[in-house]
Amino acid sequence: MTRQKRSHHKLKRAVAPYLYLSPSLLIVGLLMLLPMVTVIAYSFQNSAVLRRDPSFAGLKHYQAIFDDPVFWASLWHTLYFTCMSVVFHMTIGMIFALMLNSDRINPTLRNVLRVLYILPWLFTAVIIAVIWRLLLEPNGVVNSILMQMGIIGSKIEWFSSPETALHAVTFANIWAGYPLFMVSLLAGLQGIPKDFYEAADIDGARAYQKLIFITIPQLMPIIISISLLDFIWTMQVFPLIWITTGGGPIYATEVLSTYTYKLAFSSYNLSQASASAVVILLISLGLTLFYIRYQRAR
Amino acid sequence: MRKRNSGKDKLITVALHIALAAGLFFAAFPIYWMLSSSFKSNTEIFALPPTILPKAFTLEAYAAILGDPVKLRFFFNSYFVAGAVTVLTVLIALLAAYGFSRFNFRGKGSLNTLIISTQTIPPITLLIPFFGLVVSYGIFDTYVALILTYLVFTLPYAILLMTGYLNTLPRDLDEAVAVDGGTSWTALWRVIVPISLPGIVATSVYTFLLCWNEFLFALTLTKSTSMRTVPIGIQLLMGQHAFEWNQMMAMSVLGSLPLLLIYLVAQRFFLAGMTAGSVK
Repeated sequence: MTRQKRSHHKLKRAVAPYLYLSPSLLIVGLLMLLPMVTVIAYSFQNSAVLRRDPSFAGLKHYQAIFDDPVFWASLWHTLYFTCMSVVFHMTIGMIFALMLNSDRINPTLRNVLRVLYILPWLFTAVIIAVIWRLLLEPNGVVNSILMQMGIIGSKIEWFSSPETALHAVTFANIWAGYPLFMVSLLAGLQGIPKDFYEAADIDGARAYQKLIFITIPQLMPIIISISLLDFIWTMQVFPLIWITTGGGPIYATEVLSTYTYKLAFSSYNLSQASASAVVILLISLGLTLFYIRYQRAR
Repeated sequence: MRKRNSGKDKLITVALHIALAAGLFFAAFPIYWMLSSSFKSNTEIFALPPTILPKAFTLEAYAAILGDPVKLRFFFNSYFVAGAVTVLTVLIALLAAYGFSRFNFRGKGSLNTLIISTQTIPPITLLIPFFGLVVSYGIFDTYVALILTYLVFTLPYAILLMTGYLNTLPRDLDEAVAVDGGTSWTALWRVIVPISLPGIVATSVYTFLLCWNEFLFALTLTKSTSMRTVPIGIQLLMGQHAFEWNQMMAMSVLGSLPLLLIYLVAQRFFLAGMTAGSVK
């Protein structure tokens, strides 16, 4: 190879990765980073989107949101919905994973149950919402079973009474989301070396001791990273709540995403909605940084 | 070897199986109820006491859905948008992954972190600026608007998934092409792509699922009935005929078919896609 040819080749080698990455960078830059800057800009403008020459609003829209009791209620509902969901996703996922991993059940049954336990995962949020609306209809099957068993005395309007609505949507979300934990923990369980348990058997350890001192510590990295991801994703849930309750009755199930959506597309107050969207972004960003740090530390 | 006290041991096994049955009821009953309700008449759905198996089995709900061009259009839209986004995502992600996997360049580490962190950006945050952009470029209520927005959400993880796959392929393969005087572009298409099929399938499954399930952007960026996708169609059905529960259930069953099929045919890829990013 001549010198010129070689330097030409080198140059090609140096430029090539950027060429391969350019379509992706273009899309991420134009359709993700630019919109993020835009939404931050909107939040400081009066009548964003709606007017061509919006005036500067300062922190007015943030002030308006922080003065709005519905915002604080939404934040509280989001926290309740998210924490309960993550805790129960983890608990149910763990119990199911441990049961399926037990050597007391026969392998065929195990495989069949594994598929069936994953079922809730195979359905879109909208469909899950519709299914639970049917199940929890005042005249629906859940009420009639509970009444026959004598657990409740009269029909409960699960999604339309303020006392039960938030619990009902949380329950539906718990049902919809545990398989992520179950699948990940099952994979994790199969990765725990068998000799840990054999050593414990020799020391005469009981089943619960093995669970507390071997299984759970071994699964901890999975539990923590999935809990963080689940927390971030559950916080952003929109369709399930939108279709079951729409944030109502009154504001009983309003969460940050439905609150923001309504500000933007029911009240057409896009500036204030942007301020709320920025607040959600900051919360997510904080959690994401935490998640990335945790993944790096592993 | 485990020592077993047979009486107590049997009891534990029985208890475990009872717990498994309870778990099965919890996991599967709602789905079963959807399926059986889709074969019932509307009056039977709310019959007292509830009928577990449809007493008067009927396909009328399915006939109503499949005979209505408006509803068929929802399905067409969903398949079309999800299909188009999948093809585009796989192509663009493949190129980026090749760049990440086979080259060292300045800024590689920070670009990688950028891509990982974009995965958790709340959709609702991007919704408002997207709405502004889509309206000002005159693509509101078009396929283009949906395809472009979905691309943003599918691309980051698709890149990570493909990069992970390409990293498992030995570098000697493309070096052999380089020795023969071929460019990296030739190496990509002649050598890498043909053996990357498993990675491509996993990426496609993930992308398709994400698009098929999308609700928020489809709700906001489209308006006319002919542009709506299946999730929005189900919601519309709910608003229009609040009492046609059997049709809503039939539509839900039909709307779940692609996911169920993908799961049954390609379970491994499905799980890889659904645990997106959570298991490193």
